[in-house]
Amino acid sequence: MQIIKHDINIDFTGKRKLALLLSAVVILLGLASLVINGGPNYGIDFVGGTLVQVKFVEDTDAAKIKDSLASMDLGTVVVQSFGDDANEFLIRVQETEKGKELSGMISGSLNAVYGDGNVDIRRVEMVGPQVGKDLRQKGILSLVYAMIGILIYISWRFELRFAIGAIVALMHDVLITLGAFSLSGREIDLPIIAAFLAIIGYSLNDTIIVYDRIRENYGKHQKKGFSAVVNLSINETLSRTILTSGTTLLVVLALFIFGGGVIHNFAFAMLVGILVGTYSSIFVASPILIFWDDYRSGGQKKVAAEETA
Amino acid sequence: MSNSLKIRTGLVLGCLILALVSLGPTLFGSDLPDWWRKTFDPIHLGLDLQGGMHLVLGVDVDKAVESRLDTIVDQSEDLLREKDVIFKRIDRSSGERIIVTVYDEEAGEQADTIMAENFPNLEAMTLTAEGAYIQKNYRLSDNEIEAVREYAVRQALETLRNRVDQFGVSEPTLQRQEGNRILIQLPGVKDPQRAIDLLGKTARLEFKMVMEDANPQDAIAGNLPAGGQLLYERRVDPRSGAVSESPLVVEDKTVLTGDLLSNAQVRIDTRFNDPYVAIDFNSVGAKRFDQITGANVGKRMAIVLDDTVYSAPVIRERISGGSAQVSGSFTEQEATDLAIVLRAGSLPAPVDILENRTVGPSLGQDSIDQGMRSVMIGFVLVVFAMLIYYKFSGLVANTVLMLNLVFIMAMLSIFGATLTLPGIAGIVLTVGMAVDANVLIFERIREELRLGRTPRAALEAGFEKAKLTIIDANVTTLIAALVLFQFGTGPVKGFAVTLSVGIISSLFTAVVVSRLIFDLYLSRSKVDRLSI
Repeated sequence: MQIIKHDINIDFTGKRKLALLLSAVVILLGLASLVINGGPNYGIDFVGGTLVQVKFVEDTDAAKIKDSLASMDLGTVVVQSFGDDANEFLIRVQETEKGKELSGMISGSLNAVYGDGNVDIRRVEMVGPQVGKDLRQKGILSLVYAMIGILIYISWRFELRFAIGAIVALMHDVLITLGAFSLSGREIDLPIIAAFLAIIGYSLNDTIIVYDRIRENYGKHQKKGFSAVVNLSINETLSRTILTSGTTLLVVLALFIFGGGVIHNFAFAMLVGILVGTYSSIFVASPILIFWDDYRSGGQKKVAAEETA
Repeated sequence: MSNSLKIRTGLVLGCLILALVSLGPTLFGSDLPDWWRKTFDPIHLGLDLQGGMHLVLGVDVDKAVESRLDTIVDQSEDLLREKDVIFKRIDRSSGERIIVTVYDEEAGEQADTIMAENFPNLEAMTLTAEGAYIQKNYRLSDNEIEAVREYAVRQALETLRNRVDQFGVSEPTLQRQEGNRILIQLPGVKDPQRAIDLLGKTARLEFKMVMEDANPQDAIAGNLPAGGQLLYERRVDPRSGAVSESPLVVEDKTVLTGDLLSNAQVRIDTRFNDPYVAIDFNSVGAKRFDQITGANVGKRMAIVLDDTVYSAPVIRERISGGSAQVSGSFTEQEATDLAIVLRAGSLPAPVDILENRTVGPSLGQDSIDQGMRSVMIGFVLVVFAMLIYYKFSGLVANTVLMLNLVFIMAMLSIFGATLTLPGIAGIVLTVGMAVDANVLIFERIREELRLGRTPRAALEAGFEKAKLTIIDANVTTLIAALVLFQFGTGPVKGFAVTLSVGIISSLFTAVVVSRLIFDLYLSRSKVDRLSI
C-alpha cells in the first residue's frame, strides 16, 4: 500500500516564504500570550508551592472544597477538577512553610466537612521555593546542553549550516509548544521539560532524515541547483515522514486519551511537538538551508540563475 | 545456511533467551527457583507507580555551626574560671563570633593564650573597643566551619538512616545530595504524616533546671532574668485531648543532654494507663545524672525536647540508677515514635522539608493500569498500521517491535533501572519511533525495487543505505535523552532511562534482527517478489 505516490513532486521549497510567514504568526501568537500572562505558567515544581490531589467518595464541587478550607488561612487556594469524574480535585496552595503539617491539616478540614473515610488524599507534592528555583535552572540548562550537544554532533556529521538549520527548527518547535501551553492555560512542570527534550529528539530525527537525503542527492544532482535538490529530497522522504509521524501520533494520542490525568499535559506537549516537528523538518529546517545559500551567493547575483535552473 | 547467518541467528537467539530469563522474576515472581530470583531482580517500580514518599530534607548547617560555638563558649567559660582569669562575660554574637569581654590588657592576653591553646581552630580577630572594657573576638576558621557543616550533614544522614530502619519500611533509599540536602525515599509508606513527624524532628533532649524565683509573666513581657530562658510546657487534657501551653523560665545552661542515652523504651504507667518513655543513661550520663540530682534535691528539673518542656518534675531524692522517664500525656503512637527518635539519636541541626512528593497506593495502581492500557492500545494501532501498509514486511516489523518491547523490559531489569509513569510514556513513544527505523529501511527497499533490482539486491542496498541515516537520527535523540538523564530527578529520570534503552534496543532490532529475518527468508526459498 502507498499513501504517497513515489514519483510525487510537490513544490515545498517554493512556498518557503509563505511557510516562514505562517511560522512567524504562530510563534508571535504564542509569544503574545506569554507576554500577556507574564511569562510561562510554571507549576509548583518551578515556583514552589503545595499540591494535593483528593478523591471523594461522592461527587462534589470546587466551591464547596474551597469553603471547607477557608478557615485555614492558606492564602490563595486554587481548586481544579482532575480527570473526567466530578469527585477528584487538585488543591493548590502557594504556602510551603507549614509543609510538615499542611496535607494533614487539609485532610483534617475536608474530613470534618465530608465525613471521615469519604476523603482519599491520593497525592501530595510540596516543593520549597529554593528547590523550585534549582529545578527551573536545571531544566533550562538541560535544554541548552542538549542543543549544544546536538549542534556539535550535526556539525561533525554534516556541516555547520545543517546544524544551524536543525537548531532553528528545534527552537521553532519548542517555542510553538510553549505558546500552545500558554494559550491553553496549561502548567509547565518537571515532566514537561522531559517532553520538550523528547520533542527536540523527535524533531531532529525527522530533520536529519531529510538532511541525509539532501547530502546524498547533492552529490548526484548538483547541476539542478541547491533549491531543487532540497525539494527533491523532501519529496523522496515524504512517504516515510508521513508514516512515521502517523504511527508516533497514534501512540501519543493513545497516551493522551487513555494515559490518565497525571501525564495528560505531557501527552499534550508531545502531541503538539510531533505535529510541529514534522512540519518544521519540511518547512523550516530545509528552507533555512536555501535561505542560507541565497544569502551567501546573493553578493554574486546568482539567485535568479539558481531559481530558474 | 552461511556461516555469517548462523552466527547472527545464534547472537539474536542468545539475546532473546537472556532477555526472557531476566524477565522471569518480573513476570512470575516467587514461583521461580531461588538462584533465578537472586540473579535477576524484578523491575523496580518508581514511587509514582507503587505509591510512597519522596522527601528532600535540608540540614540547617548554620545552626550546627552556632551550636558548635555555643559548646566552645561553655567550655571556655569553665577554662577561664579555672585559670582565674577575671572577665566580665563571654558570649556568642550573631555574626558567628565569640566575644570575651575583659577589664584590662593583662586579662585579655591571658584569654588569648588560653583560647589559642585549647581551641586551635579559633582565629583571633582585631579588637573592638567598647567603653572601659576590652573585647576579644574570635571566630572559627573557614576550614573548621566547613568541617562542622560537613559533619552535620553526614551525622544527620546517619541518624535519619537509624530512624528509617526502625520505622519499618522495606527498601528505603537515603542519599546525600549536593550541598546540605538529603534525599529519602520510602516506598509504600502507609502513614505519610507519621513519617514526616518522625524524620523532621530534631529530637534534641535536654535537662535544664527550673528558675523557681523567676516570674514567667515578667519573662513574657520581656523581662528575662540573666542566664534564663523562656520555654513553654506542653500539657494535654486527658479528657478532651486539647493541647495547652504554659510558660516556664529555665536556666539557659543545659545540665545534661540526650547524647548520653543508652536506651529508650515505651512503658505503660500502671496507675493511669498512660504510656511514657523510659530512658537509660550510659555510664557517663548516669554519673552526671547522679551528681545533678544529688545537688538539686527539692528543685524542679525540666525535661526539654526540641525547646518544648514535656514535664518538670521535682527531684525528690538523688537518682543513681541512671534511668529517668519522659512523660507528658502521650498517645501510644507518640510514645513509640519518641522512643524511636531518642534511640536513633538527635539530629546535629534542625532539618527543613524542602520537597515532598507523596503518592498514595490507589493512585499508583491507577497510573499503572492507565499506563499499561495506553501501551497496549498504542501497540495494537501501530501493529495494524504496519501490517496494512507493508504486508509481509509489516509482519517482520511487528515481530521486531514485539522483540523490542521484550528487550527494553529486560534491560530495565538487568540494569536495575526504575520504571516510572513518564518511563511508561517513554516506552509508548519508543513503540512509535521504533517502527521508524523499519519504515526507513522499507522505503529504501521500495525505491531500490523500483530501480529494477532483484529482491536480494534491493534488500542489501536498502539496509546499507538506511543504516547510516538511522544511526545519525537516533544518536541525536540519544544525546537529548542522556542530557535528561544527567539533569532529571525521580520520575523524569525514568523517562530518560526508558527512552535511551528504547533507542539502543530499536537500533539493534531494526539493523540486526529484521535484517536477519529477511536473510533467513531469502535463504530458504527462491523469492521473485518481495511483499513490501
